[in-house]
Amino acid sequence: MTALTKKKTQKKINKEVIMKWVFAIAASTSILCVFLICGFLFYNGFTAMAKIGVFDFIAGTRWKPSNELFGILPMIVGSISVTLIAAIIGIPIGILCAIYLVYFCSDRVGKILKPVIDLLAGIPSIVYGFFGLVCIVPIMQDLTGTSGKGILTAGILLGMMILPTIINVSESSLRAVEKSYYEGALALGATHERSVFFVSVPAAKSGILAGVILGIGRAVGETMAVNYVAGNQAVMPTSILSGVRTLTTNIVLEMGYATDLHREALIATAVVLFIFILIINAAFSYVKRRMK
Amino acid sequence: MNQYTLSKVLNVLVKISAFITMAILGWIVAYIIINGIPNMTLDQFAWTYTTDNVSMMPAIVNTVTTAFIALIIALPLGVACAIYLVEYAKKGSKFVSFVRLTTETLSGIPSIIFGLFGNLMFVIIFKGYTLLFGAITLSIMILPLIIRTTEEALLAVPDAYREGSFGLGAGKTRTIFKIVLPCAVPGILSGVILSIGRIVGESAALIYTAGTIPQIAGLMDSGRTLSVHMYALLSEGLYIDQAYSTALVLLVLVIIINTLSGSVAKKLGGNHE
Repeated sequence: MTALTKKKTQKKINKEVIMKWVFAIAASTSILCVFLICGFLFYNGFTAMAKIGVFDFIAGTRWKPSNELFGILPMIVGSISVTLIAAIIGIPIGILCAIYLVYFCSDRVGKILKPVIDLLAGIPSIVYGFFGLVCIVPIMQDLTGTSGKGILTAGILLGMMILPTIINVSESSLRAVEKSYYEGALALGATHERSVFFVSVPAAKSGILAGVILGIGRAVGETMAVNYVAGNQAVMPTSILSGVRTLTTNIVLEMGYATDLHREALIATAVVLFIFILIINAAFSYVKRRMK
Repeated sequence: MNQYTLSKVLNVLVKISAFITMAILGWIVAYIIINGIPNMTLDQFAWTYTTDNVSMMPAIVNTVTTAFIALIIALPLGVACAIYLVEYAKKGSKFVSFVRLTTETLSGIPSIIFGLFGNLMFVIIFKGYTLLFGAITLSIMILPLIIRTTEEALLAVPDAYREGSFGLGAGKTRTIFKIVLPCAVPGILSGVILSIGRIVGESAALIYTAGTIPQIAGLMDSGRTLSVHMYALLSEGLYIDQAYSTALVLLVLVIIINTLSGSVAKKLGGNHE
């Protein structure tokens, strides 16, 4: 090899190595972002919690920023109860709809249903919230004789919103189930429905569970839609119809004008929400790993 | 209950569920279209916002700017990350599983937390809301989506293409940029379209980063996007009629975006079959 070509090869190898590092650095962006988010939130949030007192903050039942009372238990209860209603509504409909999509519908119906689900996923949450406010709240007012805003209304709206998440994840895991399972059940004399529900669906249960967890995560983190239909009272709910404030709406409602300790308390609220989400995420990755 | 009644019940149940799903969308879409069209007026598209015309035009312009900046930041990063994960990384390496874990975490974080983070990080440093902060916050939000779609697109490129390129003496970088990436463009594009959809619909992450001022904003000004416009209309409580028409515009945008991404995805499927 002449000196010139040697130099050229060397240059080429250098370029390859440099590009590899460029890609590797780009790949670490998401790591950096997660660390930054955790760092900023936890640092500010835990300082606030220390000032307020961790127990007073998490187990305190009164949120009165003007009196320096920062108890977020009502919001925690609010988030959990709204999510629970959403899960009760969204999970069965979502799973059954996914089963319909994979095992029951004709190609023609599937071609309509698929875009319908995508569109449900694409509608902005503020539009859902507006729809809830002008359409569902009046209906609930007539039915229950209350203000119409509360746990039940928010739960119904969220139940609609988490449908596409549950359907899409369940659908792909149902499609991944071996066809021979179903065929074997049919050959043994089971009906189509029985083969689907007692053989194929159990085989996809981890994937379906992952979809359910993802849907619950979406319900816990939803802000703008809940903002208009939950009532937003920062008090302990007494019934399924009473108005509640969730962790997310607590932040969005007061962040605009909060200062000093009040502001820090809101960041601490976000930390509690974030911990909820991290637990849900961890459950999701655990189920997903087990699936493989 | 014998097998046959049980089967009938299950059959009816799945059909009802599918019907409910369709009915929910039909209800929402019909409600917004029926109430949106009568409230649509021409002066809502006037170039400047006043309290009389409550124009959404500045918000539309801001939405386009925000989406553009967010994509300029997130697209190269996301694509490069996906290239590393698919083309370079060794299977089962610690670094890769860590990248995947953090990407998954990012995609699960609620938008309000992104908004709060953006607020803490940028607004406190520079004092005041600007469109740029909003766009940077959104670029972090759409990063996982772009990484995932690009990854899928890259994985769909047959290995024979790469081997052919190596066989002809091309280096790895050249193979990636000249052979693999061009093949993956439709997939990446559908990811971009989906990201635009998320940006258009996002409000919680923008309220406390980009602010809510109704003006056509430069990079360092505060400005509201279309979804934030709707939020502002609802919180002022005086403009329900205009909120109907804004909801209609948002809905139409989402339908267009979904159709586009669907047709791009279809093209992708056709390429590799």
